[in-house]
Amino acid sequence: MVFLTRLEHFNAAHKLYNPAWTIEKNEDVFGPCANENWHGHNFDLYVTIKGEIDAGTGFLFDAKKLSILMKEHVVKKLDHKNLNMDVDFLKGKICSTEVLAIEIWNQLEPQLPQHVQLHCIKLFETQRIYVEYFGN
Amino acid sequence: MNNKVAVYRKEHFNAAHRLFNPAWEESKNDSVFGLCNNPNFHGHNYDIIVKVVGEPDPETGFVIDLKYLSTIIKENVLKRFDHKNLNLDTEAFKNINPTAENIAIVIYKILREKIDVKFDLQVRLYETERNFVEYPASL
Repeated sequence: MVFLTRLEHFNAAHKLYNPAWTIEKNEDVFGPCANENWHGHNFDLYVTIKGEIDAGTGFLFDAKKLSILMKEHVVKKLDHKNLNMDVDFLKGKICSTEVLAIEIWNQLEPQLPQHVQLHCIKLFETQRIYVEYFGN
Repeated sequence: MNNKVAVYRKEHFNAAHRLFNPAWEESKNDSVFGLCNNPNFHGHNYDIIVKVVGEPDPETGFVIDLKYLSTIIKENVLKRFDHKNLNLDTEAFKNINPTAENIAIVIYKILREKIDVKFDLQVRLYETERNFVEYPASL
């Protein structure tokens, strides 16, 4: 079993806001992140897959192909977007980094070939804040 | 040969913005600014590096107290821009396109008023790790 990680980037606007709460409660809980006019981040997305090495190629999975899958199914939908408004798979969800990591998993997992398992979505919101999701 | 030393303080803020020119048609904005023209905005983690050049004070050994420089940046720059929409929430970009170039110039002008004229000043602004600008262009 080996692990392979690929890094991609995207930039996006978002706000942390629970529409079921009052503005005051949102501001109290989410602070400046609840700014109604949005703020934004440079996100770094690390996707780690795992599996056995293919004897023919020496690869677990072609890292270029992993990059293409990430760009096609995730980055293209998120880059230079407003996460709350522009993204089909985030509609009706709170756009925290935790939720975003889980939803990215859900986008990518069905795209991988059978011999490759998704292991971890590691998503940096800033250089000092990141979340990891390992499925379930 | 003088004893001038350059000292630097790094700070950061997160903001949303959109690049567009209101005098242009939507199609021209799209063609020039591409994805950055998304009407719903996008955003960045901005890093600012402020460079101050001067001679170390003989009594303290400091060019400028970096804690003081940090406070000046936080009070005058971060408070205005952090977790804000640069286009909608700030006076500075009401009529200026918030490109990295213009953000660096605005920050320089804000800080220039707060920092003693005996010091030279330069602002480097990172919009992403790979896109960054400096103002003034040379010291």
